[in-house]
Amino acid sequence: MRRLVSLSTGVSQREPSRRQALKHTATVAALLASNGLFPRLALALERQAFDATRLQDALKLAGAGTLTESAQVSVTCPDQAENGAVVPFSLATTLLGVQRLLLLIEKNPAPLVADFHVSSSVEPAFSLRARMRETCDVYAVALMADGRALYARKEVRVVLSGCD
Amino acid sequence: MVNPIRLRAQLDGDKATVRVLITHAMESGQRKDESGQLIAAWYIQEVTASHNGRQVLRLGWGPSVSKNPSLQFVVKGARAGDTIAVSWRDNRGDTRSDETTVS
Repeated sequence: MRRLVSLSTGVSQREPSRRQALKHTATVAALLASNGLFPRLALALERQAFDATRLQDALKLAGAGTLTESAQVSVTCPDQAENGAVVPFSLATTLLGVQRLLLLIEKNPAPLVADFHVSSSVEPAFSLRARMRETCDVYAVALMADGRALYARKEVRVVLSGCD
Repeated sequence: MVNPIRLRAQLDGDKATVRVLITHAMESGQRKDESGQLIAAWYIQEVTASHNGRQVLRLGWGPSVSKNPSLQFVVKGARAGDTIAVSWRDNRGDTRSDETTVS
């Protein structure tokens, strides 16, 4: 009995350090991936953001930390979408040094719609059509080279859901 | 059956506006068929664009992108006769690539 108890405490004592180690491994892997050392891993991490079911999780997984609203980022679309299956969106920024532009729809089953990796050879301005399940906010998020995340938000009323 | 990408690149000064139309079901995985079974997700996950063979844009898509997606972007430093190529890959591993000439 005594041995069992000590055994179980032994395990529980080891647990945190193992968890810690796993956490560190994940952090290191994410760092390496973000540096482009493991392109395949970076791609797998990117896909995780698309699997997120909540806006906050999608943003975090996409690498957007603290968000700041900015007039230099814009999301353009109709105020009211008659048909949620096809809603035209334009997202753009006048900021220099933008690395990625994200389009997110708050209440969609998968909020992250698109993740544009901007290069210096294209304008940071894109148009795309997306589905909307219900009336909610849509976000354009610009991820900057210096790590900032700047966003624009707009509410869109949806008459007919695009997810049925 | 993978349909070709409809692609147009229109020159305006030293910039080319590229319009892309892709034929794809883009099943979100949320829809149900007549018997109430969920239809499996089948959608494009990655799109890339290149200008004269050099990649200029890469984008990831989720299942929220509409059926038969359309996309528009502007390539800087383009000239008449340049080649713009666009390709996509979906979650089943199907791919399609097409190109057009800037005019």
